[in-house]
Amino acid sequence: MLAKYIGRRLLYSIPGLIGITIIIFLALRILPGDPLAILYGEGGRENLTAADIAEIKRQLGIDRPLYIQYADWMKDVFTGKMGESFWRGDSVSELIIRRGPLTAEIAVVAVLVSWIIGLPVGILGAIKQNSMADYISRFLTIIFLAVPSFWVAILVVVVSLLAFNYRPPLGIIQIWEDPFTNLQIVLAPGIVLGLATSAYIARMARTTLLEVIRDDYVRTARAKGLPERLVVLRHALRNALLPVLTLSGVLFGLLLGGSVAVETAFTVPGLGTALVQAFTERDFVVVQNLVLLYGIIFVFVNLSIDLMYAVLDPRIRYD
Amino acid sequence: MASQADAPSQLAAPTASPLQRCQYALISGLTFCRRYPVGAVGGVLLVFISMVAAFAGLFSPHDPLYVDFLSLGAAPSAQYLLGTDYEGRDILSRIIYGGRVSLQVSVLSVLLGSTIGALWGVASAFLGGRFDIISQRVVEIVMSFPALVLAMVLLVALGGGIWTVIIAIAVTRLPYGVRVVRSVALSVKELAYVDAARAMGASNFRIMAKHIAPQCFAAYFVLATAHLGAAIVIEASLGFLGVGITPPTASWGNMLGGVIANTYKPIWWLVVFPGLAISITVLSFNLLGDALRDALDPKLRGR
Repeated sequence: MLAKYIGRRLLYSIPGLIGITIIIFLALRILPGDPLAILYGEGGRENLTAADIAEIKRQLGIDRPLYIQYADWMKDVFTGKMGESFWRGDSVSELIIRRGPLTAEIAVVAVLVSWIIGLPVGILGAIKQNSMADYISRFLTIIFLAVPSFWVAILVVVVSLLAFNYRPPLGIIQIWEDPFTNLQIVLAPGIVLGLATSAYIARMARTTLLEVIRDDYVRTARAKGLPERLVVLRHALRNALLPVLTLSGVLFGLLLGGSVAVETAFTVPGLGTALVQAFTERDFVVVQNLVLLYGIIFVFVNLSIDLMYAVLDPRIRYD
Repeated sequence: MASQADAPSQLAAPTASPLQRCQYALISGLTFCRRYPVGAVGGVLLVFISMVAAFAGLFSPHDPLYVDFLSLGAAPSAQYLLGTDYEGRDILSRIIYGGRVSLQVSVLSVLLGSTIGALWGVASAFLGGRFDIISQRVVEIVMSFPALVLAMVLLVALGGGIWTVIIAIAVTRLPYGVRVVRSVALSVKELAYVDAARAMGASNFRIMAKHIAPQCFAAYFVLATAHLGAAIVIEASLGFLGVGITPPTASWGNMLGGVIANTYKPIWWLVVFPGLAISITVLSFNLLGDALRDALDPKLRGR
């Protein structure tokens, strides 16, 4: 039953994924802006001979009809190569395998931190509504919602440089090669991103818990004489967590976007910095495939959250 | 601001003279300040920030592009209150002029994105059927890109410049406008007076423009305010990454961009002050936005 449900949900996500590829393709191919002018600058383009232009267009594959270009891209994606960097000639899938793990680690740390900090703060605010603790946590939440994570990242980098003359290790060091150095690279960006996200989690947790606490079944639990701790943790929290889980999925997009800027601030050689580099080099193929990866990850994270829902919430039927 | 949406009926009353309307606006503005003092603080801060940005020439002590070769990266002093950057330009003046750019970009992009989104949402709700289904799918797809990444893709395609940044950010705000306004319009559409209008032979366009859209104004207004802060952050991130407004034009984001390239000689005043400007502005937008939502949307009050 569940397997069938998962299968159907996977099937349903296919049109969305196709839509993502179409939007990226349209954005990069149809929108005004001559790729050659963007690559070489307006002046540089004029210096190219007609033969040069034809050759570069052939290399980029932009001399063929749009639908063939799209089909080629899809072939590239499905064969797992995802195209080549225009400047360096290594395939985008190699780039993703090399740099992806760092970004994935940062995302995992960030999600963990956002729940570990956000949930207790939100629960505390709801249980002790309008207490001093509630006011302080709400104040901090409002502040953290306003402060951009990449600025905090720059602050951390500059302060650790000025105060301790410390800079995080450079280069791509995977966790299976040297765990200690690897953690020095990923922990700080992960925590900064997690703190920014935790504010949203805390606010949502407080709101939903406050709502659930007023429900009849919670009153019943209290009337049975259960201690308040059990009422909240065993009864109210379970239902209150579902919307927080959904929010966590939506926030994952914010987190992916934020990681681009935070990685750049910490000079972590992850996917985010790769995207920025590809952008500045006008490396269309890399931009196209990296953005596709971001879209796919977002869709699958939210799909898995939907599936978790089906397991966690018995009210949701598999049909 | 609050007056218009606080009382939609007021707009509909053709008998009110301009003077009465002004009085009404003043009174409801004062009521808003009394009920939502925190939101009012945000509003006052925003008025201050906008005035400084609008009259940047009066407030900034130096030319934001003037390079003082004798004080490159100088610490805050009497001459340069917030210090100078690596190129020897006054940071305070650049923050003031940068604020003009950042505010312009965020306000215009949110206005553009939310308005098109809202109109689309009204049409999607009213027309329903296949148009609605396709619209919802498109919105869903656009929302599955991280806003910053989507803006970057559009900037790759469109090239640099202040207007392309505005358009790129506007596209990332568009889906929210469609979703929120569509949900309001769906309920308005079922009201009896819409049927009455149709019975009188009003065209689809007329019903949408005259009868449904005005009822969605409060939701649109709250939404737009809430997204101004997000737009500021996206603009700043783009500037920081070097893909938004390009130097020498100052924006809050691209002022921070120089820091990471120069970590061999870090200067704290270049990091702290532009970041504070961003944070305080976003905070003010959020405070005002939350208060407006509470004031205009009774269902959400107290959350």
